[in-house]
Amino acid sequence: MSEWWTYSLSDFLLFSPRTYYRLFELYNRDIWPAHLLALALGLAILAMWWRGGAWRGRAVAAILAACWLFVAWAYLLERYDTINWAAKYFAIGFLLQAMLLIGGGVVLDRLAPRPASDPFGAAGLVIFVFALALQPLIAPLVGRPWAQAEIFALAPDPTVLATLGLLVAAERPHWNFLAIGCIWSSISGGTLWTMQSPDAFLMPAAAVLALSLTIWKALRASSERRSSASGPRKGL
Amino acid sequence: METEIHKRFMSRVRLPSRRGLLRALAAGTAAVLAPRFASAQAAAVHTRPIPSTGEQLPVVGLGSWITFNVGNDPVARDACSDVMRAFFRAGGRMIDSSPMYGSSQAVIGHGLEKLKGAEGLFSADKVWISSGSRGRSQIEASRRAWRVPRFDLLQVHNLLAWQEHLPTLLAMKAAGELRYVGITTSEGRRHREFEQIMRTQKLDFVQVTYNVLDREVEERILPLARDRGMAVIINRPFREGELIRKVQRRPLPAWASEIDCANWAQLLLKFIVSHPAVTCAIPATSRVDHVLENMGAASGRMPDEAMRARIIAHVEKT
Repeated sequence: MSEWWTYSLSDFLLFSPRTYYRLFELYNRDIWPAHLLALALGLAILAMWWRGGAWRGRAVAAILAACWLFVAWAYLLERYDTINWAAKYFAIGFLLQAMLLIGGGVVLDRLAPRPASDPFGAAGLVIFVFALALQPLIAPLVGRPWAQAEIFALAPDPTVLATLGLLVAAERPHWNFLAIGCIWSSISGGTLWTMQSPDAFLMPAAAVLALSLTIWKALRASSERRSSASGPRKGL
Repeated sequence: METEIHKRFMSRVRLPSRRGLLRALAAGTAAVLAPRFASAQAAAVHTRPIPSTGEQLPVVGLGSWITFNVGNDPVARDACSDVMRAFFRAGGRMIDSSPMYGSSQAVIGHGLEKLKGAEGLFSADKVWISSGSRGRSQIEASRRAWRVPRFDLLQVHNLLAWQEHLPTLLAMKAAGELRYVGITTSEGRRHREFEQIMRTQKLDFVQVTYNVLDREVEERILPLARDRGMAVIINRPFREGELIRKVQRRPLPAWASEIDCANWAQLLLKFIVSHPAVTCAIPATSRVDHVLENMGAASGRMPDEAMRARIIAHVEKT
């Protein structure tokens, strides 16, 4: 396989920007009115995260897993694979992420949220709301038709970004949940950058932000553990 | 400046005289238009012989990289079919693709079915898989996508696993399942190894990148192809459109009309196909007006060595 090094990023851009965005247009047309259900799921996640409840971590993880599975099948395998032979490998990554969410989030209940008043909880929810409500507006904002909008739970980028937001807003840092989202963000950014799309920076920047916040959260948790461990000893 | 470039160019490339070049092209200009595709608009196109058989090929073909990878979009597929129809009507024959190009092969197959076959078609495809044992099945999948009984030419794409694939292709040729065998590279990759294969293997075709700014192949590969009797296909004639965008900032020079060029695409293509070692160039497009422009480069007067040097000098200072 020594030949692979001779390829550059642009060699793997197999399609024109017109074809890439037209794929979203045809996809959106084919699956309408699934967009309404996707919006309802997004709002349901937001409501559960905000209002609390014993099962909210499990329920949110289950909905996210379903979204990743749907994107893997309906978009990556059924549509993107027609213009990019690598899409089947991306679909495997999305399937793996869904399994991680089911295993870690639904079965083991490790996706407990932080309160919205906590800075990480608030930052994560802002990222989530951006993915749900603002990311679909990028298409018309950069001059593409509304019909080519990318929607949470249906298209990869907003689904990944929303998940990254919830992981930032989660009680504990989840490195294993973050990995695939960050890899996808770099792939998406690379694709859009090669196509000279003005929004190419968004997904890599979001991944860097989510990683930075998670590292910060981990460091703060570690420092809090150390100070709580040293506190009682002083008292003794 | 022009004289200096001209001298440097001539010291590297052995070119025939203007009269010789025009005579060679005139000899190759033949009625290659299959009756089915002949039309009132189609001018006689220049052709070049495939050295191993003498079969004539029009000097402009049709690539499919990116432009034909439109997935299942029915509108875009039909647009590609229109491009193919215009290409054949203008006298084109060679269409080139690869399993690396996403849905391009299937889109070509769709177009061929829509056009009810293509009598003049010269089908050129590639094998591109790292496993030698899976080469045959990939070729069969490609053939089904094209909807053709067999390929005219199969090439090892970017030399990937060429040691395994070349024996397969040569065996297919010997068995009559294939007419020609070749290898490809692009953007100047692995030229040393490419030359070595050209020296040691019996190939009908080689495919390389060559255009007015990327002229490295003039040094050794093009002369070697002539010496070894290999046809040469030229990819990336416009650097995926970058070259066209660059030159179009300035008006087409008035002297372009001396070689019957009405636009930049024709000037850039005529530079390529006027090299005596080149058999054909394969610009890719998804637009009918562009394919007609490209095919315009296959007819009319061709640049001689002085005009070629003038084109280089003009584009380099653009």
